[in-house]
Amino acid sequence: MRAIRIICARELTAYFTSPVAYVFLVIFLLLAGFFTFTAGAFFERGEAALGAFFGWHPWLYLVLVPAVGMRLWAEERRAGTIELLLTLPVTAWQAIVGKFLASWLFLALALALTFPIVITVNVLGEPDNGAIAAGYLGSFLLAGAYLAVTCMTSAITRNQVIAFILSVVVCLFLILAGFNPVTDFLVRWASPAFVDTVAAFSVITHFDGFQKGVIDTRDLAFFLSVIGFTLFATGVIIRGHRAG
Amino acid sequence: MIRIENLVKTFGAKRAVDGVSFNVERGEVLGFLGPNGSGKSTTMRMITGFYPPTSGRVSVGGHDVSVDPLAAKRLIGYLPESAASYPDMTVASFLGFVAAMRGLDGAARAKAVDRAIELCFLSSVVHQSIDTLSKGYKHRTCLAQALIHDPEVLVLDEPTDGLDPNQKHEVRNLIRELGKTKAVVFSTHILEEVDAACTRAIIIDRGRIVLQGTPEELQARSTLAGAVTLQADGASAEKLAVLGRVESLEGAFRIYPANASQGATLAAAVIELVNREGWKVRGMYSERGELDEVFRSVTQPDTVGA
Repeated sequence: MRAIRIICARELTAYFTSPVAYVFLVIFLLLAGFFTFTAGAFFERGEAALGAFFGWHPWLYLVLVPAVGMRLWAEERRAGTIELLLTLPVTAWQAIVGKFLASWLFLALALALTFPIVITVNVLGEPDNGAIAAGYLGSFLLAGAYLAVTCMTSAITRNQVIAFILSVVVCLFLILAGFNPVTDFLVRWASPAFVDTVAAFSVITHFDGFQKGVIDTRDLAFFLSVIGFTLFATGVIIRGHRAG
Repeated sequence: MIRIENLVKTFGAKRAVDGVSFNVERGEVLGFLGPNGSGKSTTMRMITGFYPPTSGRVSVGGHDVSVDPLAAKRLIGYLPESAASYPDMTVASFLGFVAAMRGLDGAARAKAVDRAIELCFLSSVVHQSIDTLSKGYKHRTCLAQALIHDPEVLVLDEPTDGLDPNQKHEVRNLIRELGKTKAVVFSTHILEEVDAACTRAIIIDRGRIVLQGTPEELQARSTLAGAVTLQADGASAEKLAVLGRVESLEGAFRIYPANASQGATLAAAVIELVNREGWKVRGMYSERGELDEVFRSVTQPDTVGA
């Protein structure tokens, strides 16, 4: 635990000693605001709910989360610091979890900074704050799932751009598998069972419940298993590089 | 402290390290020599647990690196070849991070960081971020990191690379000093370092140990070892030829001993001859042998079989 905590603290500090953290936070908040109010027509809906806010998160994270996570391992490998890190008395999984948690906490901070929207709906009406809390939990898990995918793609290459693009592609698949236009298209030629199976891999399907204020253990299990699986894959990839 | 048995590492079809065995005890400084790509760094990476060996065994302080890597890693201080460190951190925070990872806290951590800073002459750059440092400082920052927990085993991959002559001298002295109480392995391709810092040296070529021994033993393998170079007015190659094979240099002659045992007495024989002939001596040197020559004779140049 101690090693995880120290690595996590170092990574988190690294975000804030470079401009990355500030640029990211500003852009994240700007885009979240733009999508909610302009593209999501928050006021025109006339609802005291955050559907217009959370609904965009899978798309917003699609670009921003890989940008946060792409350096995690690619940069270590490019700079050669991975050799330093992994010859310290830590196991590879401690390093993987420590780095992942640092980025996840950073994303949690970005998400927490959207609190004015919660205040806004509470001022304007009487929203279901339980549903909003569930929405935040779902959004946090969604970010974690994307981030874990980015961890994995970041371990594949020493080039951050490649890590970013691979991650966007994988996350896009995770969205599109359950995106209505895609499922409608699939239904025309595939059996409903097949379409359901594909859709079950989608973050949209599992994120929907949270937005409605329902915390389903199946949805929780989905996000946690995406995180668990991709972090495990990260470990296998890192071991693979060293085994030669 | 370090025991290596029959270590092999393959990358695809290439055998980077091919059956290397050696031991390093406390109080020894082992110099690890070899041309580029001969397997020095790969061997060191296996000692420090970064690469798992394809076959063979590495144990450090009695802990098998494959079985109990954490216990082994705790004993080791490692300077990787790249001497990489986190560029966005300051020297102090970087050393603090490594000290924390090494299990040091509070006052002990501050003390360890101060000690490492002092040992590696970093006090003028403590609060500078690492990416603003010159190569020599970056290198010493990474060296400081390896020393921070006062490890019993030091594995240093080209510790003097990128340093200026003064710094090289300091680092060699440091290695020799540390070697009195620790087991040290360091790699280099600067041969004079072997003489300056090692108690023992290994020459490795294409993954295999081709020669090992004390620096003196290695030098003695040079054809030059024991030869006498004489600068004297009136000397002639014909007269010197009775002592051994003579080579004419510019204004001087070099006499090679006929065999190794004759080496010790050759100088005396030359002096006797000089006195008998009444030559006027302007200079006379007894050669110790050049590691350079030994190195070249036992290793293949890069271009062969690369």
